[in-house]
Amino acid sequence: MDWFKRKKEALKPADKKELPDGLWIKCESCGEIIYKKELEKRLYVCPKCDYHFRIGSEQYIDLLFDKDTFEEFNANITAADPLNFKDSKKYSDKYKATVKKTGMNEAVVTGTGKIEKNNVVMALMDFKFLGGSMGSVVGEKISRAADKALETKSPLIILSSSGGARMHEGILSLMQMAKTSAKLARLAKNHIPYISLLTNPTTGGTTASYAMLGDVHIAEPGALIGFAGPRVIKQTIGQDLPPGFQRSEFLQEHGFVDIIVHRHELKQRIAKLLEFFAHTN
Amino acid sequence: MALKTHKFVLDFEKPVVELEDKIIEMREYAQSAGVELEDDIRRLEKKAGLLRKQIYTNLNRWQRYQLAKHPLRPYTLDYISASTSYFEEMHGDRFFADDKAIVAGFAQMEEFSLVIIGQQKGRDTKQKLHRNFAMANPEGYRKAMRIMELAAKFNKPVVTLIDTPGAYPGIGAEERGQAQAIAHNLFQMSHLPVPIINVIIGEGASGGALGIGVGDRILMMENSWYSVISPEGCAAILWKDAAYAPQAAEAMKITAKDAKDLGIVDEVIKEPEGGAHLDMAEAAGYVKDAILRNLRELIKIPADDLIEQRIEKFSNMGEWKE
Repeated sequence: MDWFKRKKEALKPADKKELPDGLWIKCESCGEIIYKKELEKRLYVCPKCDYHFRIGSEQYIDLLFDKDTFEEFNANITAADPLNFKDSKKYSDKYKATVKKTGMNEAVVTGTGKIEKNNVVMALMDFKFLGGSMGSVVGEKISRAADKALETKSPLIILSSSGGARMHEGILSLMQMAKTSAKLARLAKNHIPYISLLTNPTTGGTTASYAMLGDVHIAEPGALIGFAGPRVIKQTIGQDLPPGFQRSEFLQEHGFVDIIVHRHELKQRIAKLLEFFAHTN
Repeated sequence: MALKTHKFVLDFEKPVVELEDKIIEMREYAQSAGVELEDDIRRLEKKAGLLRKQIYTNLNRWQRYQLAKHPLRPYTLDYISASTSYFEEMHGDRFFADDKAIVAGFAQMEEFSLVIIGQQKGRDTKQKLHRNFAMANPEGYRKAMRIMELAAKFNKPVVTLIDTPGAYPGIGAEERGQAQAIAHNLFQMSHLPVPIINVIIGEGASGGALGIGVGDRILMMENSWYSVISPEGCAAILWKDAAYAPQAAEAMKITAKDAKDLGIVDEVIKEPEGGAHLDMAEAAGYVKDAILRNLRELIKIPADDLIEQRIEKFSNMGEWKE
C-alpha cells in the first residue's frame, strides 16, 4: 500500500513574511486589495480601514528620523548561546539562519539621530527577528542605549515589537528585564525623558519591563499589548476573551497608554513631545 | 520519615520509600513476634541511607523541578513562622484589593527588624484557591511595593521569598496592568535604599517571580527552580507539546546550580537530604542562616553604594559576543 504514502515532504506552511511579495497586497483586516507602492506611500496603513501593517525597524527609522541622521551603534553584538540550547534544532543554528534571512544581527537596532531636528537615542525592536524576543543582546543593547541617553543628555525612545523574553537563554533573558529597568530608573533620576512606543505586538517580559516604564506611552492603533498572551489567558480561564481585549484602545481605556497615535502623525507628535520636554521655563 | 513521604511519593523517591516501608514492617514484626532482627534492620537502614544519597545527589533538572513543586514543600509562611520571633502581616495595596497570593509584613529576625514579602501557596484545595495558587494579580505586586516603600521609609531591610508558578494570566489582571505592576517593581527595587535579599524557596517562574526578585543578593534553595518560563510552557511553545517538559527543563537549565554557574545567583542554600519537605525545621534553619549572614554584610554598606552595586550587579547579567 505504498502508493498511499506521501512521497514528497509533508506540506509546509509558507514562510510568514512581514509583507508579502507581489504588486498587490490584501489588507489583513478589511480584505481590501491595495497596490503595494500605494501602501508604501501610506506608511503601510490600509487606505480603507486604517489597519496598521506590521513593519520593521528599517521602515520605522525611515519614517521617524530626519533624512540620513540615524547612526546605529553597537551593531555587532550577537548572541552567545550561553545555555547551549537545543529543542528540535540548535539555538545557534536557528540564530544563524535568522541572521541570514533577516539581514539583521538581533531583534533590536539602537542608534542616535534627529527627529525634526531633536536629538534622540532610540532603540527599535524588530518582530521579524525571532519574534522580537528579548535575550541578553536585546537587554544589553537597550541598556547601553539608556546609558548613551544619559551620557548625551538626549531623550530615549524605545519602540517595542516583541513576543516577550527569549526562552533559548533561560534565566539570562529574564534578568534583562531587571537590568533594563534599573538603567531606566537611573535615567529617570537624571530627569532624562523616556518615551515608550508600543507597536503590534508588545507582550510578555518586554511589556513587564521597559515598555511600561515610559514617561509617555504612545501606542499605534490596534496594537496587541499585554502581559500574558491571549491564548494563555483563554486556556487559563476557559472562556472567550472580550472583543478588543489587550488592544491599544483597551489599554488606554484602562489607564496604561497615554496616547494612541496614527502612524501618519507619529513623527510630528513625537517631535512635539520632545520639544515640550526640551523647553526651559 | 517514610510515613510522611507516603502522603506524596515522586517516582524517583519510590525505591527509598519502599525500602523504608520494609524496615518499618520488619520492626513491627520483630516487636510483635519477639524476634531479634536488629542486625538485618541495621543493614537495611544503611542500604536505605546509601540509596538515598545516590538518588538525591544525582537528581536531574526535571526531578528537582518536581521537588520544587512538591506538595509538602515548606511555603513562605512556614519559613516566616520558623525563622522570626515577630510577624505582623499587612494587607492590601490601598488601591484595589488585598491579594492573598502574596503575603507581606513586618518581622523580627534575630537582631533585625525587617519586612518579609513572599508568594504564598495553599496546602489543601480550599487554601490553594484562596491563595490563587500563588499566582499574584497586579494588586499583589502593588502591595509588595507599598510595603517595600515603608521599608525604605523606616530603614528596614527587605527579604523576599519567591515561590510562584507565575503571575496570574487573567482578564482582570490585564485590565489592571499586570505588566505595569511588575515593571514598576523592577524599576523601584533597583534603587530602593535598603538592603534587599531575594530567596527562591520553590518556584521562580518568570516575571511573576522577578516582580519581587530584584535585590542585592539572590539566593536559591538547592531544589528550587528559576527561569524565564516553566518547562511545560517552554515545551508547549518550542516543542509544540507540553509532554516535552523534561527536555525543556534540561535545555533551559532551570536549577539553582545552573543559575549559580550562569552568574545570576549568589548562593545555593542547601536542603535536607531528599528535599526541604523532609525536614521543615532543618530547611528553615539553613534559609535563616543564609539570610542573616548576608544581611550582616549588607547592613554595613551605605545606601548609595548599595544602589550602585545593585545596578552594577544586574548590568553584568547576560552573555553576548561582540
